[in-house]
Amino acid sequence: MTSSTTVLSGLHAWLVTDDVASSRQAKLGRAYRVWLELLANPLAFGGAVVVLVLVALALLAPVISPYNPNAQNLLEALRPPSATHWFGTDEYGRDVFSRVLFGARTTLYTTLLVAIIVAPIGFLVGATSGYLGGWVDTVLMRITDIFLAFPGLVLALAFSAALGPGIENAVIAISLTVWPPIARLARAETLTVRNADYVVAARLQGASVARILWRHIVPICAPSIIVRVTLSMASIILTAAGLGFLGLGVQPPTAEWGAMAASGRQYLLDAWWLTTIPGLAILLVSLAFNLLGDGLRDILDPRNG
Amino acid sequence: MTPAICVEHLTVTFGEGMLAFRAVDDVSFSVMPGTAFGLVGESGCGKSTVMGAIAGRLTDWQGKIAIDGEPISGRRTLPQRARVQMVFQDPYGSLHPRHTIERTLLEPLEIHGLDDRDRRIGKVLEQVGLPQRFRYRFPHQLSGGQRQRVAIARALILSPKVMLLDEPTSALDVSVQAEVLNLLKTLQEDQGLTYLLVSHDMAVIAHVCDQIAVMREGRFVELTDKQRLIAGAVENDYTRLLREGV
Repeated sequence: MTSSTTVLSGLHAWLVTDDVASSRQAKLGRAYRVWLELLANPLAFGGAVVVLVLVALALLAPVISPYNPNAQNLLEALRPPSATHWFGTDEYGRDVFSRVLFGARTTLYTTLLVAIIVAPIGFLVGATSGYLGGWVDTVLMRITDIFLAFPGLVLALAFSAALGPGIENAVIAISLTVWPPIARLARAETLTVRNADYVVAARLQGASVARILWRHIVPICAPSIIVRVTLSMASIILTAAGLGFLGLGVQPPTAEWGAMAASGRQYLLDAWWLTTIPGLAILLVSLAFNLLGDGLRDILDPRNG
Repeated sequence: MTPAICVEHLTVTFGEGMLAFRAVDDVSFSVMPGTAFGLVGESGCGKSTVMGAIAGRLTDWQGKIAIDGEPISGRRTLPQRARVQMVFQDPYGSLHPRHTIERTLLEPLEIHGLDDRDRRIGKVLEQVGLPQRFRYRFPHQLSGGQRQRVAIARALILSPKVMLLDEPTSALDVSVQAEVLNLLKTLQEDQGLTYLLVSHDMAVIAHVCDQIAVMREGRFVELTDKQRLIAGAVENDYTRLLREGV
Protein backbone atom coordinates (compact mmCIF):
# COMPACT_ATOMS: atom_id res chain seq x y z
CA MET A 1 0.00 0.00 0.00
CA THR A 2 2.59 2.54 1.13
CA SER A 3 5.09 1.34 -1.46
CA SER A 4 2.57 1.80 -4.27
CA THR A 5 1.82 5.32 -2.98
CA THR A 6 5.49 6.22 -3.01
CA VAL A 7 5.81 4.81 -6.53
CA LEU A 8 2.86 6.92 -7.62
CA SER A 9 4.12 10.10 -5.96
CA GLY A 10 7.56 9.41 -7.46
CA LEU A 11 5.93 9.08 -10.88
CA HIS A 12 4.01 12.30 -10.30
CA ALA A 13 7.22 14.13 -9.35
CA TRP A 14 8.99 12.67 -12.39
CA LEU A 15 6.18 13.91 -14.63
CA VAL A 16 5.79 17.44 -13.27
CA THR A 17 9.45 18.34 -12.78
CA ASP A 18 10.98 21.14 -14.82
CA ASP A 19 14.27 19.30 -14.78
CA VAL A 20 13.58 16.99 -17.69
CA ALA A 21 16.12 14.38 -18.73
CA SER A 22 14.71 13.09 -22.03
CA SER A 23 12.37 14.23 -24.75
CA ARG A 24 10.06 11.32 -23.85
CA GLN A 25 9.78 12.66 -20.32
CA ALA A 26 9.07 16.15 -21.65
CA LYS A 27 6.22 14.90 -23.84
CA LEU A 28 4.77 12.63 -21.17
CA GLY A 29 4.98 15.49 -18.69
CA ARG A 30 2.92 17.71 -20.98
CA ALA A 31 0.31 15.00 -21.53
CA TYR A 32 0.21 14.43 -17.76
CA ARG A 33 -0.52 18.11 -17.12
CA VAL A 34 -3.45 17.97 -19.55
CA TRP A 35 -4.65 14.86 -17.70
CA LEU A 36 -4.43 16.64 -14.33
CA GLU A 37 -6.44 19.56 -15.66
CA LEU A 38 -9.00 17.19 -17.13
CA LEU A 39 -9.38 15.57 -13.70
CA ALA A 40 -9.96 19.00 -12.20
CA ASN A 41 -12.88 19.66 -14.57
CA PRO A 42 -15.66 17.17 -13.62
CA LEU A 43 -17.94 17.88 -16.59
CA ALA A 44 -15.17 17.46 -19.15
CA PHE A 45 -13.95 14.39 -17.32
CA GLY A 46 -17.48 12.96 -17.42
CA GLY A 47 -17.61 13.64 -21.15
CA ALA A 48 -14.27 11.91 -21.62
CA VAL A 49 -15.48 8.89 -19.64
CA VAL A 50 -18.65 8.58 -21.72
CA VAL A 51 -16.64 8.85 -24.93
CA LEU A 52 -14.17 6.22 -23.70
CA VAL A 53 -17.04 3.93 -22.65
CA LEU A 54 -18.56 4.39 -26.11
CA VAL A 55 -15.25 3.41 -27.72
CA ALA A 56 -14.93 0.37 -25.43
CA LEU A 57 -18.52 -0.76 -26.07
CA ALA A 58 -18.12 -0.33 -29.82
CA LEU A 59 -14.88 -2.32 -29.84
CA LEU A 60 -16.32 -5.05 -27.63
CA ALA A 61 -19.78 -5.13 -29.25
CA PRO A 62 -19.44 -8.69 -30.63
CA VAL A 63 -18.37 -9.93 -27.19
CA ILE A 64 -20.87 -8.05 -25.04
CA SER A 65 -24.03 -8.13 -27.10
CA PRO A 66 -26.32 -10.97 -26.01
CA TYR A 67 -27.85 -11.51 -29.48
CA ASN A 68 -26.87 -11.21 -33.10
CA PRO A 69 -28.00 -7.64 -33.95
CA ASN A 70 -29.45 -8.75 -37.28
CA ALA A 71 -31.06 -12.04 -36.18
CA GLN A 72 -34.80 -11.77 -36.75
CA ASN A 73 -37.32 -13.58 -34.63
CA LEU A 74 -40.84 -12.56 -35.57
CA LEU A 75 -42.31 -14.47 -32.63
CA GLU A 76 -40.45 -12.11 -30.30
CA ALA A 77 -41.30 -8.88 -32.19
CA LEU A 78 -41.98 -5.62 -30.33
CA ARG A 79 -41.35 -7.00 -26.85
CA PRO A 80 -40.95 -4.32 -24.18
CA PRO A 81 -37.70 -4.11 -22.16
CA SER A 82 -37.32 -7.13 -19.90
CA ALA A 83 -34.65 -9.32 -18.33
CA THR A 84 -34.14 -11.28 -21.58
CA HIS A 85 -34.18 -8.21 -23.85
CA TRP A 86 -32.88 -5.27 -21.81
CA PHE A 87 -34.00 -2.65 -24.29
CA GLY A 88 -36.84 -4.74 -25.80
CA THR A 89 -37.07 -5.94 -29.40
CA ASP A 90 -37.99 -4.21 -32.65
CA GLU A 91 -40.64 -5.03 -35.27
CA TYR A 92 -38.57 -7.95 -36.61
CA GLY A 93 -37.83 -9.30 -33.15
CA ARG A 94 -34.20 -8.09 -33.17
CA ASP A 95 -32.65 -7.28 -29.81
CA VAL A 96 -32.50 -3.48 -29.42
CA PHE A 97 -29.67 -3.60 -26.85
CA SER A 98 -27.46 -5.52 -29.30
CA ARG A 99 -28.39 -3.17 -32.10
CA VAL A 100 -27.59 -0.11 -29.99
CA LEU A 101 -24.17 -1.60 -29.23
CA PHE A 102 -23.48 -2.30 -32.89
CA GLY A 103 -24.95 1.10 -33.76
CA ALA A 104 -22.22 2.63 -31.59
CA ARG A 105 -19.69 1.08 -34.01
CA THR A 106 -21.38 2.75 -36.96
CA THR A 107 -21.55 6.09 -35.15
CA LEU A 108 -17.94 5.93 -34.05
CA TYR A 109 -16.77 4.80 -37.48
CA THR A 110 -18.59 7.70 -39.15
CA THR A 111 -17.41 10.38 -36.70
CA LEU A 112 -13.80 9.18 -36.67
CA LEU A 113 -13.67 8.96 -40.43
CA VAL A 114 -15.13 12.47 -40.76
CA ALA A 115 -12.67 13.81 -38.19
CA ILE A 116 -9.71 12.18 -39.95
CA ILE A 117 -10.81 13.66 -43.26
CA VAL A 118 -11.78 17.18 -42.20
CA ALA A 119 -8.99 18.02 -39.74
CA PRO A 120 -6.11 17.73 -42.26
CA ILE A 121 -8.11 19.26 -45.13
CA GLY A 122 -9.33 22.14 -42.99
CA PHE A 123 -5.84 22.75 -41.64
CA LEU A 124 -4.16 22.54 -45.02
CA VAL A 125 -6.61 24.91 -46.73
CA GLY A 126 -6.69 27.37 -43.83
CA ALA A 127 -2.98 27.38 -42.99
CA THR A 128 -1.87 27.60 -46.63
CA SER A 129 -4.31 30.41 -47.18
CA GLY A 130 -3.22 32.31 -44.08
CA TYR A 131 0.50 31.71 -44.50
CA LEU A 132 0.85 32.48 -48.20
CA GLY A 133 -1.76 35.24 -48.36
CA GLY A 134 -2.31 37.10 -51.64
CA TRP A 135 -4.35 35.50 -54.40
CA VAL A 136 -3.99 32.01 -52.88
CA ASP A 137 -5.74 33.33 -49.79
CA THR A 138 -8.48 34.98 -51.83
CA VAL A 139 -9.20 31.89 -53.93
CA LEU A 140 -9.15 29.41 -51.04
CA MET A 141 -11.25 31.59 -48.78
CA ARG A 142 -13.90 32.24 -51.43
CA ILE A 143 -14.17 28.47 -51.96
CA THR A 144 -14.54 28.10 -48.20
CA ASP A 145 -17.20 30.82 -48.19
CA ILE A 146 -19.16 28.95 -50.84
CA PHE A 147 -19.12 25.77 -48.78
CA LEU A 148 -20.04 27.74 -45.67
CA ALA A 149 -23.03 29.22 -47.44
CA PHE A 150 -24.65 25.80 -47.95
CA PRO A 151 -26.95 24.60 -45.20
CA GLY A 152 -25.15 21.52 -43.83
CA LEU A 153 -27.86 18.91 -43.79
CA VAL A 154 -29.25 19.96 -47.16
CA LEU A 155 -25.82 19.71 -48.80
CA ALA A 156 -25.28 16.32 -47.18
CA LEU A 157 -28.71 15.25 -48.43
CA ALA A 158 -27.93 16.39 -51.93
CA PHE A 159 -24.61 14.54 -51.94
CA SER A 160 -26.08 11.37 -50.50
CA ALA A 161 -28.83 11.53 -53.08
CA ALA A 162 -26.36 12.14 -55.89
CA LEU A 163 -23.76 9.57 -54.83
CA GLY A 164 -26.27 7.03 -53.59
CA PRO A 165 -27.00 6.10 -50.00
CA GLY A 166 -24.35 4.33 -47.92
CA ILE A 167 -21.99 4.97 -45.05
CA GLU A 168 -19.00 6.05 -47.18
CA ASN A 169 -21.08 8.55 -49.09
CA ALA A 170 -22.60 9.78 -45.84
CA VAL A 171 -19.06 10.35 -44.55
CA ILE A 172 -18.08 12.30 -47.68
CA ALA A 173 -21.30 14.29 -47.53
CA ILE A 174 -20.80 15.23 -43.89
CA SER A 175 -17.12 16.03 -44.39
CA LEU A 176 -18.02 18.53 -47.09
CA THR A 177 -20.02 20.53 -44.60
CA VAL A 178 -17.64 20.26 -41.65
CA TRP A 179 -14.25 21.32 -43.05
CA PRO A 180 -14.94 25.03 -43.84
CA PRO A 181 -15.17 26.27 -40.22
CA ILE A 182 -11.94 24.38 -39.46
CA ALA A 183 -10.24 26.03 -42.42
CA ARG A 184 -11.31 29.44 -41.16
CA LEU A 185 -10.04 28.65 -37.71
CA ALA A 186 -6.70 27.42 -39.03
CA ARG A 187 -6.37 30.54 -41.19
CA ALA A 188 -7.06 32.85 -38.26
CA GLU A 189 -4.52 31.04 -36.08
CA THR A 190 -1.95 31.07 -38.86
CA LEU A 191 -2.39 34.80 -39.42
CA THR A 192 -1.53 35.47 -35.79
CA VAL A 193 1.79 33.59 -35.97
CA ARG A 194 2.94 33.89 -39.58
CA ASN A 195 5.10 36.90 -38.74
CA ALA A 196 6.07 35.76 -35.27
CA ASP A 197 9.83 35.89 -34.72
CA TYR A 198 10.13 32.12 -34.45
CA VAL A 199 8.49 31.62 -37.83
CA VAL A 200 10.63 34.39 -39.36
CA ALA A 201 13.71 32.73 -37.84
CA ALA A 202 12.83 29.42 -39.51
CA ARG A 203 12.16 31.19 -42.79
CA LEU A 204 15.47 33.07 -42.67
CA GLN A 205 17.28 29.80 -41.98
CA GLY A 206 15.79 28.46 -45.20
CA ALA A 207 12.81 26.37 -44.05
CA SER A 208 10.44 25.44 -46.88
CA VAL A 209 6.76 26.36 -46.76
CA ALA A 210 5.88 22.70 -46.12
CA ARG A 211 8.29 22.52 -43.19
CA ILE A 212 7.00 25.75 -41.67
CA LEU A 213 3.40 24.59 -41.97
CA TRP A 214 4.12 21.13 -40.56
CA ARG A 215 6.70 21.87 -37.88
CA HIS A 216 5.78 25.38 -36.81
CA ILE A 217 2.14 26.10 -37.63
CA VAL A 218 0.65 22.66 -36.88
CA PRO A 219 1.70 22.70 -33.20
CA ILE A 220 0.14 26.16 -32.85
CA CYS A 221 -3.13 25.29 -34.59
CA ALA A 222 -3.51 21.73 -33.27
CA PRO A 223 -5.12 22.54 -29.90
CA SER A 224 -7.86 24.74 -31.32
CA ILE A 225 -8.47 22.33 -34.20
CA ILE A 226 -8.76 19.41 -31.77
CA VAL A 227 -11.25 21.41 -29.73
CA ARG A 228 -13.20 22.45 -32.79
CA VAL A 229 -13.35 18.89 -34.17
CA THR A 230 -14.45 17.54 -30.79
CA LEU A 231 -17.21 20.14 -30.63
CA SER A 232 -18.18 19.27 -34.22
CA MET A 233 -18.51 15.61 -33.25
CA ALA A 234 -21.96 16.26 -31.82
CA SER A 235 -23.20 17.82 -35.04
CA ILE A 236 -21.49 15.09 -37.09
CA ILE A 237 -23.34 12.45 -35.05
CA LEU A 238 -26.61 14.35 -35.44
CA THR A 239 -26.14 14.79 -39.19
CA ALA A 240 -25.23 11.12 -39.58
CA ALA A 241 -28.31 10.16 -37.57
CA GLY A 242 -30.39 12.58 -39.63
CA LEU A 243 -29.17 11.00 -42.86
CA GLY A 244 -29.87 7.57 -41.41
CA PHE A 245 -33.31 8.73 -40.34
CA LEU A 246 -34.06 9.85 -43.89
CA GLY A 247 -32.75 6.57 -45.28
CA LEU A 248 -29.71 8.17 -46.96
CA GLY A 249 -27.06 6.96 -44.53
CA VAL A 250 -26.22 3.44 -43.57
CA GLN A 251 -28.39 0.90 -45.31
CA PRO A 252 -30.39 -1.80 -43.55
CA PRO A 253 -29.88 -4.22 -41.96
CA THR A 254 -26.73 -2.54 -40.48
CA ALA A 255 -27.61 -1.07 -37.11
CA GLU A 256 -27.47 2.73 -36.99
CA TRP A 257 -29.05 4.91 -34.32
CA GLY A 258 -30.73 7.37 -36.67
CA ALA A 259 -32.18 4.62 -38.87
CA MET A 260 -33.32 2.71 -35.77
CA ALA A 261 -35.15 5.76 -34.48
CA ALA A 262 -36.72 6.27 -37.90
CA SER A 263 -38.02 2.73 -38.25
CA GLY A 264 -39.36 2.75 -34.70
CA ARG A 265 -41.41 5.85 -35.46
CA GLN A 266 -44.30 3.81 -36.87
CA TYR A 267 -44.67 1.97 -33.57
CA LEU A 268 -44.08 4.97 -31.35
CA LEU A 269 -47.35 4.67 -29.43
CA ASP A 270 -47.06 0.93 -28.77
CA ALA A 271 -43.33 0.49 -28.56
CA TRP A 272 -41.73 3.66 -27.16
CA TRP A 273 -38.33 1.95 -26.66
CA LEU A 274 -37.69 1.66 -30.40
CA THR A 275 -37.22 5.42 -30.83
CA THR A 276 -36.39 6.43 -27.28
CA ILE A 277 -33.35 4.21 -26.72
CA PRO A 278 -31.42 5.15 -29.91
CA GLY A 279 -32.50 8.76 -29.34
CA LEU A 280 -31.09 8.72 -25.83
CA ALA A 281 -27.89 7.15 -27.13
CA ILE A 282 -27.51 9.98 -29.65
CA LEU A 283 -28.26 12.58 -26.97
CA LEU A 284 -25.81 11.09 -24.47
CA VAL A 285 -22.92 10.76 -26.89
CA SER A 286 -23.42 14.20 -28.47
CA LEU A 287 -23.58 15.75 -25.02
CA ALA A 288 -20.45 13.89 -23.97
CA PHE A 289 -18.51 15.17 -27.00
CA ASN A 290 -19.70 18.72 -26.32
CA LEU A 291 -18.68 18.59 -22.65
CA LEU A 292 -15.31 17.09 -23.56
CA GLY A 293 -14.81 19.74 -26.24
CA ASP A 294 -15.61 22.57 -23.84
CA GLY A 295 -13.26 21.11 -21.27
CA LEU A 296 -10.48 20.66 -23.80
CA ARG A 297 -10.91 24.27 -24.83
CA ASP A 298 -10.35 25.38 -21.26
CA ILE A 299 -7.30 23.13 -20.99
CA LEU A 300 -5.61 23.50 -24.36
CA ASP A 301 -6.46 27.01 -25.45
CA PRO A 302 -4.26 29.48 -23.60
CA ARG A 303 -6.64 32.36 -24.31
CA ASN A 304 -9.27 30.75 -22.10
CA GLY A 305 -7.08 30.21 -19.12
CA MET B 1 41.19 41.91 -46.96
CA THR B 2 37.61 41.30 -48.07
CA PRO B 3 35.03 42.86 -45.78
CA ALA B 4 32.65 40.38 -44.13
CA ILE B 5 29.74 42.69 -44.85
CA CYS B 6 29.82 45.22 -47.65
CA VAL B 7 26.79 47.42 -48.25
CA GLU B 8 26.79 49.92 -51.11
CA HIS B 9 24.10 52.49 -51.82
CA LEU B 10 21.41 50.51 -50.03
CA THR B 11 17.99 52.10 -50.51
CA VAL B 12 14.74 50.66 -49.24
CA THR B 13 11.42 52.23 -50.17
CA PHE B 14 8.07 51.20 -48.74
CA GLY B 15 4.88 51.97 -50.65
CA GLU B 16 4.53 53.56 -54.07
CA GLY B 17 3.91 56.92 -55.70
CA MET B 18 2.80 59.72 -53.42
CA LEU B 19 2.80 57.42 -50.39
CA ALA B 20 6.32 56.12 -50.99
CA PHE B 21 8.48 56.25 -47.89
CA ARG B 22 12.24 55.95 -48.01
CA ALA B 23 13.13 53.97 -44.90
CA VAL B 24 16.79 53.67 -45.89
CA ASP B 25 18.33 56.28 -48.17
CA ASP B 26 21.62 55.49 -49.93
CA VAL B 27 23.50 53.87 -47.06
CA SER B 28 27.00 52.45 -47.59
CA PHE B 29 29.33 50.78 -45.11
CA SER B 30 31.59 47.79 -44.74
CA VAL B 31 32.52 45.63 -41.77
CA MET B 32 35.86 43.83 -41.54
CA PRO B 33 35.88 40.16 -40.45
CA GLY B 34 36.01 39.66 -36.70
CA THR B 35 34.89 43.18 -35.86
CA ALA B 36 31.59 44.52 -34.61
CA PHE B 37 29.65 47.28 -36.30
CA GLY B 38 26.95 49.15 -34.41
CA LEU B 39 23.94 50.90 -35.86
CA VAL B 40 22.39 53.33 -33.43
CA GLY B 41 19.44 55.66 -33.68
CA GLU B 42 15.97 56.20 -32.35
CA SER B 43 13.00 54.05 -33.40
CA GLY B 44 11.98 54.50 -37.00
CA CYS B 45 15.38 55.71 -38.16
CA GLY B 46 15.79 52.75 -40.50
CA LYS B 47 18.40 50.77 -38.60
CA SER B 48 16.25 47.64 -38.38
CA THR B 49 15.41 47.96 -42.06
CA VAL B 50 19.12 47.87 -42.94
CA MET B 51 19.41 44.71 -40.89
CA GLY B 52 16.27 43.25 -42.47
CA ALA B 53 17.75 43.69 -45.94
CA ILE B 54 21.02 42.00 -44.94
CA ALA B 55 19.17 39.20 -43.11
CA GLY B 56 16.97 38.47 -46.11
CA ARG B 57 13.82 39.41 -44.27
CA LEU B 58 13.20 42.13 -46.83
CA THR B 59 13.57 41.15 -50.45
CA ASP B 60 12.78 44.41 -52.18
CA TRP B 61 15.73 46.79 -51.98
CA GLN B 62 18.12 48.64 -54.27
CA GLY B 63 21.90 48.76 -54.01
CA LYS B 64 24.50 46.09 -53.37
CA ILE B 65 25.03 43.79 -50.42
CA ALA B 66 27.96 41.38 -50.34
CA ILE B 67 28.78 38.86 -47.63
CA ASP B 68 32.41 37.68 -47.66
CA GLY B 69 32.78 39.27 -51.07
CA GLU B 70 29.85 37.31 -52.51
CA PRO B 71 26.96 39.52 -53.66
CA ILE B 72 23.56 38.41 -52.36
CA SER B 73 20.06 39.20 -53.52
CA GLY B 74 16.54 38.67 -52.20
CA ARG B 75 16.65 34.98 -53.16
CA ARG B 76 19.37 33.04 -51.37
CA THR B 77 20.94 29.64 -51.40
CA LEU B 78 21.20 27.58 -48.22
CA PRO B 79 24.98 28.20 -47.79
CA GLN B 80 24.34 31.94 -48.17
CA ARG B 81 21.65 31.71 -45.51
CA ALA B 82 23.86 29.74 -43.13
CA ARG B 83 26.59 32.38 -43.40
CA VAL B 84 24.37 35.14 -42.01
CA GLN B 85 22.42 34.38 -38.85
CA MET B 86 20.17 36.61 -36.83
CA VAL B 87 19.36 36.96 -33.13
CA PHE B 88 16.04 38.62 -32.42
CA GLN B 89 15.16 41.27 -29.90
CA ASP B 90 12.48 39.49 -27.93
CA PRO B 91 13.54 36.11 -26.52
CA TYR B 92 9.93 35.50 -25.51
CA GLY B 93 8.78 35.62 -29.12
CA SER B 94 11.70 34.17 -31.01
CA LEU B 95 11.49 30.60 -29.71
CA HIS B 96 8.65 28.31 -30.74
CA PRO B 97 6.52 27.88 -27.59
CA ARG B 98 5.76 24.23 -28.34
CA HIS B 99 9.23 23.11 -29.35
CA THR B 100 11.71 21.80 -26.82
CA ILE B 101 15.14 23.41 -26.89
CA GLU B 102 16.41 20.31 -28.68
CA ARG B 103 13.73 20.64 -31.35
CA THR B 104 14.54 24.35 -31.78
CA LEU B 105 18.21 23.53 -32.32
CA LEU B 106 17.46 20.52 -34.56
CA GLU B 107 15.48 22.63 -37.01
CA PRO B 108 18.44 24.46 -38.60
CA LEU B 109 20.43 21.19 -38.71
CA GLU B 110 17.61 19.42 -40.53
CA ILE B 111 17.02 22.31 -42.93
CA HIS B 112 20.71 22.42 -43.85
CA GLY B 113 21.08 18.63 -43.90
CA LEU B 114 23.90 18.58 -41.34
CA ASP B 115 24.66 15.30 -39.60
CA ASP B 116 26.21 14.48 -36.22
CA ARG B 117 23.29 16.36 -34.75
CA ASP B 118 23.49 15.18 -31.17
CA ARG B 119 27.10 16.25 -30.79
CA ARG B 120 26.51 19.62 -32.47
CA ILE B 121 23.63 20.41 -30.12
CA GLY B 122 25.68 19.38 -27.10
CA LYS B 123 28.57 21.56 -28.24
CA VAL B 124 26.52 24.64 -28.98
CA LEU B 125 24.73 24.43 -25.62
CA GLU B 126 28.13 24.36 -23.98
CA GLN B 127 29.30 27.35 -26.03
CA VAL B 128 26.39 29.50 -24.88
CA GLY B 129 26.78 28.34 -21.29
CA LEU B 130 23.59 26.31 -20.88
CA PRO B 131 23.56 23.00 -19.01
CA GLN B 132 22.94 19.91 -21.19
CA ARG B 133 19.80 19.01 -19.24
CA PHE B 134 18.05 22.12 -20.62
CA ARG B 135 17.84 20.30 -23.92
CA TYR B 136 14.46 18.79 -23.17
CA ARG B 137 12.84 21.85 -21.66
CA PHE B 138 10.25 24.04 -23.27
CA PRO B 139 10.91 27.79 -23.54
CA HIS B 140 8.36 28.58 -20.82
CA GLN B 141 10.58 26.67 -18.39
CA LEU B 142 13.49 29.07 -19.03
CA SER B 143 14.24 32.64 -17.97
CA GLY B 144 14.59 35.49 -20.45
CA GLY B 145 18.38 35.38 -20.40
CA GLN B 146 18.41 31.60 -20.86
CA ARG B 147 16.03 31.92 -23.78
CA GLN B 148 18.25 34.48 -25.42
CA ARG B 149 21.15 32.06 -25.01
CA VAL B 150 19.09 29.43 -26.82
CA ALA B 151 18.36 31.94 -29.60
CA ILE B 152 22.10 32.65 -29.87
CA ALA B 153 22.75 28.88 -29.95
CA ARG B 154 20.24 28.47 -32.77
CA ALA B 155 22.16 31.04 -34.81
CA LEU B 156 25.56 29.67 -33.83
CA ILE B 157 24.80 26.05 -34.69
CA LEU B 158 25.06 26.79 -38.42
CA SER B 159 28.63 28.12 -37.95
CA PRO B 160 27.87 31.54 -39.44
CA LYS B 161 30.43 34.16 -40.44
CA VAL B 162 28.15 37.08 -39.68
CA MET B 163 25.72 37.47 -36.81
CA LEU B 164 23.00 40.10 -36.97
CA LEU B 165 21.98 41.18 -33.49
CA ASP B 166 18.70 43.06 -33.35
CA GLU B 167 18.64 44.75 -29.92
CA PRO B 168 19.70 41.45 -28.36
CA THR B 169 19.51 42.68 -24.78
CA SER B 170 16.83 45.35 -24.69
CA ALA B 171 14.12 42.90 -23.54
CA LEU B 172 16.24 41.62 -20.66
CA ASP B 173 16.86 42.69 -17.06
CA VAL B 174 19.87 44.94 -16.58
CA SER B 175 21.85 42.27 -14.70
CA VAL B 176 21.16 39.69 -17.40
CA GLN B 177 22.01 42.18 -20.16
CA ALA B 178 25.63 42.25 -19.07
CA GLU B 179 25.84 38.43 -19.03
CA VAL B 180 24.45 38.15 -22.55
CA LEU B 181 26.70 40.93 -23.87
CA ASN B 182 29.74 39.28 -22.33
CA LEU B 183 28.74 35.96 -23.87
CA LEU B 184 28.46 37.65 -27.25
CA LYS B 185 31.92 39.19 -26.84
CA THR B 186 33.47 35.87 -25.81
CA LEU B 187 31.86 34.08 -28.75
CA GLN B 188 33.13 36.74 -31.11
CA GLU B 189 36.70 36.33 -29.87
CA ASP B 190 36.56 32.51 -29.93
CA GLN B 191 34.88 32.09 -33.30
CA GLY B 192 36.11 35.19 -35.11
CA LEU B 193 32.52 36.25 -35.75
CA THR B 194 31.53 39.48 -37.40
CA TYR B 195 28.70 41.33 -35.69
CA LEU B 196 26.22 43.84 -36.92
CA LEU B 197 24.46 45.17 -33.84
CA VAL B 198 21.39 47.35 -33.92
CA SER B 199 20.45 49.21 -30.76
CA HIS B 200 19.10 52.44 -29.42
CA ASP B 201 21.24 52.00 -26.33
CA MET B 202 24.58 53.85 -26.67
CA ALA B 203 26.05 51.99 -23.68
CA VAL B 204 25.44 48.59 -25.30
CA ILE B 205 26.82 49.80 -28.62
CA ALA B 206 29.93 51.27 -27.00
CA HIS B 207 30.50 48.06 -25.05
CA VAL B 208 30.41 45.71 -28.03
CA CYS B 209 31.17 47.63 -31.22
CA ASP B 210 34.40 48.78 -32.83
CA GLN B 211 32.73 50.93 -35.48
CA ILE B 212 29.56 52.87 -34.90
CA ALA B 213 27.17 54.49 -37.35
CA VAL B 214 24.54 56.92 -36.15
CA MET B 215 21.37 56.84 -38.21
CA ARG B 216 18.62 59.39 -38.57
CA GLU B 217 15.73 59.40 -41.03
CA GLY B 218 17.24 56.65 -43.16
CA ARG B 219 20.74 58.18 -43.50
CA PHE B 220 24.02 57.92 -41.68
CA VAL B 221 24.69 61.18 -39.87
CA GLU B 222 28.00 60.11 -38.43
CA LEU B 223 30.45 57.23 -38.71
CA THR B 224 32.70 56.97 -35.69
CA ASP B 225 34.57 54.42 -33.61
CA LYS B 226 34.51 53.18 -30.05
CA GLN B 227 37.38 55.32 -28.70
CA ARG B 228 36.00 58.53 -30.13
CA LEU B 229 32.51 57.75 -28.89
CA ILE B 230 33.68 57.02 -25.36
CA ALA B 231 35.94 60.08 -25.35
CA GLY B 232 33.07 62.21 -26.55
CA ALA B 233 35.03 63.27 -29.62
CA VAL B 234 31.97 63.20 -31.86
CA GLU B 235 31.34 65.70 -34.58
CA ASN B 236 27.60 65.61 -35.07
CA ASP B 237 25.16 67.31 -32.68
CA TYR B 238 22.68 64.47 -33.02
CA THR B 239 25.32 61.95 -32.00
CA ARG B 240 26.15 64.09 -28.99
CA LEU B 241 22.48 64.25 -28.10
CA LEU B 242 22.13 60.45 -28.27
CA ARG B 243 25.35 59.95 -26.34
CA GLU B 244 24.35 62.25 -23.52
CA GLY B 245 20.73 61.21 -23.51
CA VAL B 246 21.57 57.76 -22.22
